[in-house]
Amino acid sequence: MPRITVTVDEITYEEEVEPRLLLVHLLRDRLGRTGTPIGCDTGNCGACTVMLDGVSVKSCSVLAVQADGSEVVTVEGLSSGQEWHPMQRAFHAEHALQCGYCTPGMIMAAIDLVRNDPDPSEEAVRRGLEGNLCRCTGYTNIVRAVRRGAQEMAGRHD
Amino acid sequence: MTEQLDAGLVAERIAESDQLSAPSGDREIGRARRRKEDARLVTGRTTWTDNIQLPGMLYVTFLRSPMAHARITRVDTSAARARPGVVAALSGRDLADEQGSLPCAWPVTEDIVIPDHPPMAVEEVRYVGEAVACVVATDRYAAADALEEIEVDYEPLEAVVDMTEALTEGSPKVHETGNRAFTWRFAQGDVGAAFRDAPIVVERDYVQQRLIPTAMEPRAVVATTDGDSFTLYSATQIPHVLRVMLAMTTGIPEHRLRVVAPDVGGGFGSKLQVTAEEVLALLLTRRIGRPVKWTESRSEGNLTVHHGRDQLQRIRLAAERDGRLRAVQVELLADMGAYLMLVTPGVPLLGAFMYNGIYKMDAYDFTCTGVFTTKMPTDAYRGAGRPEATFAIERAMDELAHELGLDPVEVRRRNWIAHEEFPYTTVCGLTYDSGNYEAATDRALDLFGYDTLREEQARRRAEGDPIQLGIGVSTFTEMCGLAPSRVLGSLSYGAGGWEHASVRVLPTGKVEVVTGTSPHGQGHETAWSQIASDALGVPFEDVSVLHGDTAISHKGMDTYGSRSLVVGGIAVLSACEKVKDRARELAAHMLEASAEDVEFADGSFRVRGTSQGRTIQEVALAAFAAHDLPDGVEPGLDAETTFDPDNFSFPHGTHLCAVEVDTETGGTTIRSYVAVDDVGAVVNPLIVEGQVHGGIAQGIGQALFEEAIYDAEGNLLTTTMADYLVPTALDLPEFVTDRTETPATSNPLGVKGVGEAGTIASTPAVVNAVVDALRPYGVRDVRMPCTPERVWRAINSGTSGASGVSEASEGSHGSGAPQSSQGSRASEGFEGGGR
Ligand code: FES
Ligand code: FES
Repeated sequence: MPRITVTVDEITYEEEVEPRLLLVHLLRDRLGRTGTPIGCDTGNCGACTVMLDGVSVKSCSVLAVQADGSEVVTVEGLSSGQEWHPMQRAFHAEHALQCGYCTPGMIMAAIDLVRNDPDPSEEAVRRGLEGNLCRCTGYTNIVRAVRRGAQEMAGRHD
Repeated sequence: MTEQLDAGLVAERIAESDQLSAPSGDREIGRARRRKEDARLVTGRTTWTDNIQLPGMLYVTFLRSPMAHARITRVDTSAARARPGVVAALSGRDLADEQGSLPCAWPVTEDIVIPDHPPMAVEEVRYVGEAVACVVATDRYAAADALEEIEVDYEPLEAVVDMTEALTEGSPKVHETGNRAFTWRFAQGDVGAAFRDAPIVVERDYVQQRLIPTAMEPRAVVATTDGDSFTLYSATQIPHVLRVMLAMTTGIPEHRLRVVAPDVGGGFGSKLQVTAEEVLALLLTRRIGRPVKWTESRSEGNLTVHHGRDQLQRIRLAAERDGRLRAVQVELLADMGAYLMLVTPGVPLLGAFMYNGIYKMDAYDFTCTGVFTTKMPTDAYRGAGRPEATFAIERAMDELAHELGLDPVEVRRRNWIAHEEFPYTTVCGLTYDSGNYEAATDRALDLFGYDTLREEQARRRAEGDPIQLGIGVSTFTEMCGLAPSRVLGSLSYGAGGWEHASVRVLPTGKVEVVTGTSPHGQGHETAWSQIASDALGVPFEDVSVLHGDTAISHKGMDTYGSRSLVVGGIAVLSACEKVKDRARELAAHMLEASAEDVEFADGSFRVRGTSQGRTIQEVALAAFAAHDLPDGVEPGLDAETTFDPDNFSFPHGTHLCAVEVDTETGGTTIRSYVAVDDVGAVVNPLIVEGQVHGGIAQGIGQALFEEAIYDAEGNLLTTTMADYLVPTALDLPEFVTDRTETPATSNPLGVKGVGEAGTIASTPAVVNAVVDALRPYGVRDVRMPCTPERVWRAINSGTSGASGVSEASEGSHGSGAPQSSQGSRASEGFEGGGR
């Protein structure tokens, strides 16, 4: 079995994995990082989104072996101590979650979106999050939250 | 707490605040409190059922039927059993003696046919996806591998996919007893007379396509036993109901069974069920003696989570020339699927009293026939019966307006119950306690810019603009807050509709509220805290809400049917009132006054006319210490209530939708959407707005994107999220929402419930808009979902795109695959990343 080294939320793990093991299953079943959920089996929902070497990926569509030597950040690694990431704060402030199942993926995708477009328009947010499905919110508050989070990430406040 | 609790300290604390501060007057109810739930959800510290890992836990996978209808002639699990890591491989026959039959709690008529429904098929399969065998193994991957080794031989039987054909003489039968499950009728007034010489009769057929609820969290179950007692964790909306039903089904004594709904990622009715997998997980843990977990994949879920809607509707209106309604007559065929599950037959009947909508009329006639087909059973999906009713009446009202050359809003005005007429007993015998349709509609028209949009529409029509503007109206009400137990009894439902709450003020003055509701996104932890905070005068932060575990919340009827606030929230309030009454008695004793002279405000009991008083926290500590209690007063400050409502509640509202339809491509874009809802008094406006947003999105999903499609052989074609299209961020506009507030008179908070309102209202608003855009082309209906293909065909067939029932077979035969505005979603891989 291949042996991989992967850093997840600042902890380095060495694991022997079957070549077919999905990154999301490595995170959830082997490493106990259950903050990243699974919403589908076709790469459509985005619930499993994490950062892999700084870029958002759907962790159900990545093999664990592909993450060898890489750094993974999940929603659990975003806050430092009690201090939430601005995007987490924005989701809370704008009531951008109900059941919260899509939220980890939404937040990770949103952070990546804002890194590429620091002041996104409504349209840009909608387009950018098209690969992340939410069944609860109708997206209106998610769009507001991402735009607010963008302001906060840039140090701009209303 | 770190301080030692001794008698001296107790006395000191209680004496601390003889002089109380003045009441602040700040109320929690009505405040846009940010949610308490969010902290764990935005940081990933959640307990979804699939997150639960128990020592020695095994994984279950199910082998599912690839045939819609077949006799099982052989199942061989031996090769699977022999694989590494496999603990058990079992067929339905192996479990036949202990698995019982999945329950149907709503036998709607005396002569209803309720077929035996084994959790795992033994002799015959009746839909694609029905479980025929299972593997229990040491990890997910080993279980999945072993599944491939199971051999099953089937003898194919004929599929039954079309309801109309299913009811014909020579149709193949789903069950020995035939394909009719029941016929249920309800009539009031002289419908025959109303139609006989009616100046205007409008008759339309509509198709409520089959939907897949698609909660984002797939179902999951963990079952464990210590050999004596059992615990079942499930992604369920109904831990309490589930416990009762599982005890009845499996024979595990109820007092040895604990059911937990941990964090649950959405339900929308789909987790209001007693599922095969829940029963089988319990049986497997009993048999093997180790914890077992099953988590469905999305494609498994699309096949086997109960589906929603799937009805053929015929609605007839009789009206006067001025547009006033005389009568409404409705005939429904409702697809039950292969079996009757928990409330399958009751779902269409939840609409039976709602096809009259907000309108006055003299006569009403409703008939529904439940039909078996070889498809996944249907059951509750957000709105359950009421979206169907609202759709039919609101679509038909637009048709009536068109026939009469009247504005659709005007036709509604001429018929609706005026605000001064409340309380109003409708033709169906329901008493709508309060409402103001004029106010909600006027506000919505205003926000929408109705007149300006109509002018723009006229201009575009005159210019022959290829992009046509359509305006859709939906003025809806719903009966929710399920429900008065005696009414449920009269409708043959198997249980009541009460709700329970208990409230305890702990020795340190903090408050625990235990509720029988079972939230899965609704924010009860926040809203119930607001209610308790106001009632007890304690800080919002000092309240915790416990729920979703039958060992903690011993009594409840759970969450569905927009009932939680209207029934469960009122139970919380009345338990708080009881606590306060007990505290008042003790406070009076402490203050050496009589209870009648003690008044409560802002968390403190004072002797009237003095500044002398005790805070509720002080009283709680005294009640805990119990050193000096009046005779007959028990230690501790707690109380519980079970509340059973007298009536349903009737939220209402006006939704307006503007669409742009590209007449060359058939593509529809929602340009603006305005919703003015009246959900009575509001506990948390943020939560209410969120519920409305999400509801609207789901209703739009039905109108434009979603359909579960079976082919003629009974294969589901929409098994993935690439095929079954729930709306994306790009498919939806920013919603404009506002509220009018007519308090409910049926409960002390004046609340009406909001969980289903958006879904009920929005579907007809959108389809009315699409049809309105196409009126100049002679189109009078477009079958849902209004895909570009269907819209294009409707335009190009010149008259009507689809005449409902007759086109039903199209969907059944799978030629109308839905397209989102972005087309079918391809599966995105590594490269696609978050986008
Ligand atoms: S779980 Fe990864 S995209 Fe759905
Ligand atoms: S908050 Fe429930 S799926 Fe997005």
